Amino acid sequence: MIYHAPLKDIRFALNELADLAAVCSLPGYEDCSVDLVDAILEEAAKFAEGVLAPTNVAGDKGSRWDASGVTAPPEFKAAWKEYVDAGWVGLRAPAEYGGQGLPALVALAAEEMWCSSNLAFSLAPMLTLGAIETLHHHASEELRALYLPRMASGEWTGTMDLTEPQAGSDLAQVRCKATPDAEGRYRISGQKIFITWGDHDMAANIVHLVLARLPDAPPGVKGISLFLVPKFLVDADGSLGERNDVRCVSLEHKLGIHGSPTAVLSYGDGGGAIGYLVGEAHKGLAYMFTMMNHARLGVGVEGMAVSERAYQKAVEYARERVQCRGIGLDSPDSVPIIRHPDVRRMLLTMRAQIEAQRALACYAAAALDRAARHPVESERARNQSLLNFLIPIVKGWNTEQATEITSLAMQIHGGSGYIEDAGVAQYFRDSRITSIYEGTTGIQALDLIGRKIASEHGRTARTLLTEVVVTVEKLHAIGLASLANNLGLAAAHAGRCVDFILANYGDDPQLPAAGAVPFLHLMGLVLGGWQMGRAALVASQRLSDGDDDVAFLRTKLMIARFYGEHLLPRTHGLAAAITDGAASVMALDEAQF
Amino acid sequence: MKVLVAVKRVVDYNVQVRVKSDGSDVDIANVKMSMNPFDEIAVEEAVRLKEAGKVAEIVAVSLGVKQCEETLRTALAMGADRAVHVETDAELQPLAVAKLLAAVARREQPGLLLLGKQAIDDDANQTGQMVSALLGWGLGSAASRVELSDSVTVTREVDGGAQTVKLTLPAVVTADLRLNEPRFVKLPNIMAAKKKPLEKLTVAELGVDIAPRLKTLKLAEPSPRKAGIKVATAAELVAKLKNEAKVL
Repeated sequence: MIYHAPLKDIRFALNELADLAAVCSLPGYEDCSVDLVDAILEEAAKFAEGVLAPTNVAGDKGSRWDASGVTAPPEFKAAWKEYVDAGWVGLRAPAEYGGQGLPALVALAAEEMWCSSNLAFSLAPMLTLGAIETLHHHASEELRALYLPRMASGEWTGTMDLTEPQAGSDLAQVRCKATPDAEGRYRISGQKIFITWGDHDMAANIVHLVLARLPDAPPGVKGISLFLVPKFLVDADGSLGERNDVRCVSLEHKLGIHGSPTAVLSYGDGGGAIGYLVGEAHKGLAYMFTMMNHARLGVGVEGMAVSERAYQKAVEYARERVQCRGIGLDSPDSVPIIRHPDVRRMLLTMRAQIEAQRALACYAAAALDRAARHPVESERARNQSLLNFLIPIVKGWNTEQATEITSLAMQIHGGSGYIEDAGVAQYFRDSRITSIYEGTTGIQALDLIGRKIASEHGRTARTLLTEVVVTVEKLHAIGLASLANNLGLAAAHAGRCVDFILANYGDDPQLPAAGAVPFLHLMGLVLGGWQMGRAALVASQRLSDGDDDVAFLRTKLMIARFYGEHLLPRTHGLAAAITDGAASVMALDEAQF
Repeated sequence: MKVLVAVKRVVDYNVQVRVKSDGSDVDIANVKMSMNPFDEIAVEEAVRLKEAGKVAEIVAVSLGVKQCEETLRTALAMGADRAVHVETDAELQPLAVAKLLAAVARREQPGLLLLGKQAIDDDANQTGQMVSALLGWGLGSAASRVELSDSVTVTREVDGGAQTVKLTLPAVVTADLRLNEPRFVKLPNIMAAKKKPLEKLTVAELGVDIAPRLKTLKLAEPSPRKAGIKVATAAELVAKLKNEAKVL
C-alpha cells in the first residue's frame, strides 16, 4: 500500500498557519530554520514512504508471545534498526542526551508521517519519547544520566505502565505495590495491563515507568508514586545485568494496531521487580500529567494521520474504479467513481476535516513550543492556557473523526473495502483505538468543560471565539460568503454553549456533562473551521499577490469553502442538543436501559 | 584522495511532468525537485569509498539556480564534506555543464570525478563523456561496480553484458542504477550539513562560455495510448500484425 507524504500540505500548515519561522526564533531553537525543517521533512518523508509504509501490512499479522517473551514482527525489527540508525528517535529528545532538541511543531510534522505510514510501529518511539520527557523533568540526575542517552538513541525503548484491571480512566484505584529495600531501591509487585510495546525483541532493554503505591501511601490519587523499572537491570556503566522480575504474561487480542504488542505485565512473581523512585514519593500522577499534553497531542496526530492514509487510499481507488454511467451525463459509458457526486462529497468530507485537524494540531504544537520557550513570562502563561484548552479538542475531535473518515474510505471501496485484501479495513481498525486510549473522548470532554472552561470562567474559550469572529470579518471582506456566514453562526453557537456550561457547571454539572462530547465536537468543528478560514485568507492573499502556484491555492480555497458549507452546519444540531437536550440524558432510571 | 561529485537538481521522479501549453518547455513551476537519482548513487559511492578509507575528502558540486543549494545540502547530509555551487539562472546544456565541471575539476584537482550517467529530466547522457574529453581523463561510464586503488577499475553495463575497464587516475566515472542503493540520510547528518562549507562561484569566475548550442524547437506530450482490441484466433492476430500494424 503506497503512501505519499503530503509534504506540501504539511508545509502549508507549518509555515502559513502555525508560523514555524516564529517558533524557530524562540530561545533554544536557534539551530532550527525553515530551510532545515524542509530538509528534515524531506528525508522523514522518504523514510516513512520507503521503510515504514511497506511494513504496515506485514505488521498487521501481529507480534508473537511465548513464555520467554514477545517477538515483534520481523519487518518491524528491521525497520526499527533503520529508524534508530537514522537517528529519528532523537528528533525532539533533549540535546543534552544526544537528541536534536527540535521544536514540538517540527516533531509533529514528522510524527504525522510515521503514524500515517505505520501507526503500530510509530507507537514504539512515541512511548519512548513520553518516557524520556517524564524522566527528563522528574528523575534524579543519576537516573537521567544512566538511562536517557540510551533511550534518546533508541538503543532502549520506554513504556508507560499506568492501567490495571480495576484502574482504567480512574487511576486513583492503582494497587501495584512498591516496598523499599535495604539498598534504597524498591521492590515492585502487581499487574499492569494494556502496556503498549510492553515487551518485544527490537531493543536491548525496555524502561518501564510504573505507577505504584508505597506502604505508607495515602489512599487515592495523592498516594501514587512513579518508578523506573528496567526489563534488564543496568550496571553503573550502562551495561546490562540480570533480567528483572517483570514478565509479559500475555498479549491482548485487539481490533487493530496488531503490530504493536499490548502486554499484560506481571511484576514481582519472583520476589519483586527492582525499581527506582522517580522524583518524590506520592507525586507520580502529577508527573504523568506533565507529559499528558504532549501525549494527547500525539494521539490527536495519530487519528489525523491514519485518516490521511485512508484518504489517499480512497482517492486512488475512486480514480481507478469504473462503475455506473455518470449521473446527468449523456454518455452511457461507465465512469471512474470519483466523478459521482456522492463519492466526491465523501472524499471532500475526509480531506476538509484532515486539513482542518492538521492545522489545529500544528497550531497547538506551536503553542506548546511557545509555552515552553517564550522569553516573556506572560506569553508563556497565555500559550500554556491556549494549549491546555486545545489539547482535549485536538485529541478528542481528531480521533473521533478518524472513525468517520476511515469509515468513509471503506465506504468508497464498496464491498471490496470490507474485505481485508483491499487494505483499507486496516486503517479503520487501527484508528479506532485513538479515541479510546490516552483518555477516552468522554474524559477529554469532561476535561474541556471542567478544567478548561468552568475553572477559568471561559476566559480562553472567549478569547479564541473572538479571534474566530475577526477571521469571519476578514472572510466577508474577501467575499467568501458561505464560509464566513457559517463560521460566524458556528462561533455564535459555541459562544452560547460556553454560556450554558458556565451557567450550569456550578449548580448542576450533570447538565453540561450530558452534552460534553457534543460540545467537544462543536468546538472541534468551529476551531477547525477557523483554521480553514485562516488558510483561505492566506491562499486568497497569495493569489492576489500573483503567486503562480494557482492550482494548489485554489484547491485550498475550495476545500475551505466545502468545510464551511458541509461541516460547519453540523454545529446547529450539536448546539441544540447541548443546550436543550441534557434533561433527557438523565431522565431514565438505570433499570430502563 | 579527493573525490568531486556532481549533483543536478531535477524534477522529482514521482512528479508527472507536463509540457507548457505553448510547447516551449516542460512546466516545472511549483513541482517537487530532488537530486537526480543517478547523481545520488554517485554521492553514495563516494561516501562508501570514504568509509572504506580510500577517499579523504568529498566535494559536491552543483550548477544552476539558487535552489541548487538544497540539493547540495542533501549531498552534504549524505556525507560530502563541502560543497561548491556555481550559481546561474541561465539554461545549461550538456556541453556548458561539462565545461563548468571541467573548470571546477581543474580548481579542485580531484583523483576522481563521479557523476550520474544521465539526468532524469533531459536524459541527455552526455556530460560525463564530454567532461572526460575536455579534461583528457579516462572515462568509465555506466558503472555498476567501482574499485579504487592507485587506479580505478570500473565494471560497465554495456549492451549484452558487463565490461570491465581499468583507468589511470584522475578519471571520470558515471554511475548506473545497479552501482549501489543510496542510504537514508541520518537526522544528525542533516543537522550537521547545515554547518558544512558551501562555496559560491560564478560562471564568470570560471571563465566558461555557456552559450547554448542547441535550440529546442518544440516539446509535445506523447499521444495517449489507443484502446486495444481482442482477437479470436492466432491467425487473426498475425493477419492484423501484417496488414494493419504492418510490423511483420
